[in-house]
Amino acid sequence: MSTHDITVTINGATTSASVEARRSLADFLRHDLGLVGTHIGCEQGACGACTVLIGGRSVRSCIMFAVQADGAEIQTVESLAPGADMHPLQEAFRRHQGLQCGFCTPGMLLRSLELINDNPDLTAEEAREGISSNMCRCTGYQYIVDAVLDAAAEMRAEEG
Amino acid sequence: MTVPEVRQHPEHLEWVGKSIPRVEDPKFLRGRGNYIDDYEVPNMLEVAVARSTMAHAKILSIDTSAAEAVPGVVAIVTSENVTDHVNPMPDFGPSPDKHTWYCLAVDKVRYMGEGVAVVAATSRAVAEDAAELIEVEYEPLEPLTDMLEALEDDAPLVHEALESNVPFHRKFAFGDVDGDFAAADVIVRDTLWWGRSGGQPLETVGAVADYDAATGMMTIHVNSMSFTHFLFLLANTLRVPSNKLDLQPHPSGGSFGAKFFEVKTATIAAMMARITGRPVKFMQDRLDNIANGDHHGSDRYYEVELAAKADGTLLSTRYKVVDNYGAYIQFGVGQHGNSLAQAVGPYRMSSIGYDLTAVLTNKCQQGAYRGFGSEVGNWILERMVDLMAAELDMDPFEIRRMNFIQPDQFPYFIPTGNCYDSGDYEAVHQKTLELSDYKGWRKRQAEMRAEGRHIGIGVCTCQERSVFSATEFWFWFDEPVAAPVTSAPESVTLKVDAMGAVTATLYSNASWGNSPETMVAQFVAEELGVAPDDVSVVYAGSNQGMPATGPGGSRFTIMVGGAVEVASQRIRTKAAKIAAHLLEANEDDLVWESGGFAVRGSPDQRKELAEIALAAHMFKHSLPEEIETGLEASHVQDHPYTTMPNPERTNLGVFYPFVGHASHVVVVEVDPETGRVEFLDYTAVHDCGTVVNPRSVGGQVIGGTVQGLGSTLYEEFLYDEDGVLRTPSFAEYLIPSAMDSPTLRVGHNETPSPYTPYGVKGGGEAGRMMAPSAICAAIDDAVGIRIRRLPATPERIVEMIDAAADG
Repeated sequence: MSTHDITVTINGATTSASVEARRSLADFLRHDLGLVGTHIGCEQGACGACTVLIGGRSVRSCIMFAVQADGAEIQTVESLAPGADMHPLQEAFRRHQGLQCGFCTPGMLLRSLELINDNPDLTAEEAREGISSNMCRCTGYQYIVDAVLDAAAEMRAEEG
Repeated sequence: MTVPEVRQHPEHLEWVGKSIPRVEDPKFLRGRGNYIDDYEVPNMLEVAVARSTMAHAKILSIDTSAAEAVPGVVAIVTSENVTDHVNPMPDFGPSPDKHTWYCLAVDKVRYMGEGVAVVAATSRAVAEDAAELIEVEYEPLEPLTDMLEALEDDAPLVHEALESNVPFHRKFAFGDVDGDFAAADVIVRDTLWWGRSGGQPLETVGAVADYDAATGMMTIHVNSMSFTHFLFLLANTLRVPSNKLDLQPHPSGGSFGAKFFEVKTATIAAMMARITGRPVKFMQDRLDNIANGDHHGSDRYYEVELAAKADGTLLSTRYKVVDNYGAYIQFGVGQHGNSLAQAVGPYRMSSIGYDLTAVLTNKCQQGAYRGFGSEVGNWILERMVDLMAAELDMDPFEIRRMNFIQPDQFPYFIPTGNCYDSGDYEAVHQKTLELSDYKGWRKRQAEMRAEGRHIGIGVCTCQERSVFSATEFWFWFDEPVAAPVTSAPESVTLKVDAMGAVTATLYSNASWGNSPETMVAQFVAEELGVAPDDVSVVYAGSNQGMPATGPGGSRFTIMVGGAVEVASQRIRTKAAKIAAHLLEANEDDLVWESGGFAVRGSPDQRKELAEIALAAHMFKHSLPEEIETGLEASHVQDHPYTTMPNPERTNLGVFYPFVGHASHVVVVEVDPETGRVEFLDYTAVHDCGTVVNPRSVGGQVIGGTVQGLGSTLYEEFLYDEDGVLRTPSFAEYLIPSAMDSPTLRVGHNETPSPYTPYGVKGGGEAGRMMAPSAICAAIDDAVGIRIRRLPATPERIVEMIDAAADG
């Protein structure tokens, strides 16, 4: 198995590593870098638990090779709350109980961040359609939609 | 045990009943959940399982030479030598010696996906590379997936030692079934099929095992720890002394039953750890979980008769059930105990006939899925009540309402023997009518139909039993298979440290999507007057642990609430002695209020819990002699109310006594061309007694309802007639997305249980136990069909519409 040298910027810090050609980006993040907030649910790109942002766009890290991320700017859930305070999106998920087991949550948060960044005034329908990329087996999605709308309002207020 | 004493619930509650943010959430929101796959240790190996490509075949030979040559492979165990390393798995089935279950197939494979070899290697990727190189020579046998074919005389045998494919058959009669049918004016009959779906949590099952040859201790980190008082069975499987086995629980990324006493994954990891002398991780991938995860849900065929008087009074139901258990039967027929716990639903019926045949076939075995079989019973009964309503030309709500058990009839004993502790079904009904605008929707339905739209309205009124007693795992048999086990305990330890800070230790599985830490924190806050956020909740390993059963059968909140209640009383009893000493007062003159003891009538003379705790920890020799250092108490909460079945099994005793109720109203629009079902409105009103955290219960109801929607419309583990699993991934096994899911209006009615702390009843499974009934009724109403088989996929709906049109 060939190995390749890659350099990536993850949550603002630049890292170089040597990876097997077949190493998935999800495995690279989890097992080589210890960023275990990126979860693996299906390894098939179906469930979205492994969602990360690359250049601000959501990506399924389980069906992307680490070598393909060479030169990329990657954002994982660990970036949202580097210190004591949680991100407004995380606070909104907590207020609305937009999570139960927490396994889909990192992917949901990052997908929601992308949605709000794209459209800070999104409607409930747009939020629901937007998160339909990601599976949640616990919540039935309703409180996630509530949380996304509330977070968008908070973030608009902060921006304004 | 007689009916327990009726409790006086406190009138004012500080924390119980408040939607506080969950204690569990910050770690999950930050991606620091400590899930099992996040846990890694130095020198750790990983395993992959080679799975059978055949549904039914004799294993002639297994060649591992190519796999062994792969660099990084450390050990391989196959079907040919697995019995050298481990004993059979813990098995609560009818005849474990005749349908013997190991962690890998032995002699023959009995379903596609059954393990035939395990490879331990330096990485999962290497283990998978090697597993693919293992060559198994099979002699194909005739595959058997159809449960009715399995009953035929010339059917191939799944387990030759059993000499048939029927591990269990028994015909029960509870009450005067024949008499009630003879007295009936109307009898409706139908055949119904419930398809096999499953929990499919986004996180699969995993384990990290480490064997210390020096001490003989086998430590296994798991995301599936339950029934700690049965772990001696797992120790037997692993051939270690029961006091040298320690399971360490990790939070679990969902279960819904799918991790309920799942010990095969731990067994495989432990077996390889012992052989290699290194820590070993086995993390199922999705295919492992779907094909070989031992937790497919019910897979049943029913012939049902419902008897009634001409005015709609329901009398009796006769069930003939065949259940396709797959290749093994780990939990026996406990799933039917769940159906029998609430077999009459919320209705006054005086008898139940239940003829149960369990069948073994070449499918993965059944386990638990949210409802544990009672969701099927609900669907069957509600389908039959709808049929009766149609037969008598009655409104579906009216026939239900007129048969409700009345509030003054509780405690109510149903014909099977189980007790319904309390309820007010009429109140739930009224709330549902209002919240759903049922009458308004009926009007709008008529208008929309006039426009040519296919609008349907469905209703259901169903039960949710909670807190199982272990009797339901053996009351099937004349004699218990092993022993007449009774309780299913849950324990807690509360420690108040020298600073007055409280730590609660739990002894079963860490969070698996329920809210154990939030529940315990709210209860401790209520009992000891501290803030929920200040309670530290931790989990103990099984070897230092106390008896615990974990989530299942909607039991956890009630049972841990009882454990916290008694442990808190013990803390306060000791604290009172210390406070009396510090205040130089008589203990009898002290009152507990707002987190401290005060002298009655002199509220300024008081000691806070923190002051008492400091004295308890630090000033032993200033205190009365009998007071030991520290302020800590534990309690094992045993089942609060269970009775034994009678010898004839015409009465099964009380085994699931805290019974909630719910009513759903669903409005759908069906496209008759495509079979697509669109939800226009969805209302769910639940009564699970006192609600501890309304937002959490609401989340459970909505999430459960969406899972019920999945079981109703799409989800099925589908095996073709050759035994090939056609749904091996999320590309074929379809889980509802946000766009498939309705927005619910959720209402709560609170009829406190008279027998549980605060009056709490279970609520975690309810959504999935109601939704299929209401959704099917709505689809029927929309397009004039009768759904008799789940899932009602778009294809099947179109077929039914076409068949109805052909007359």
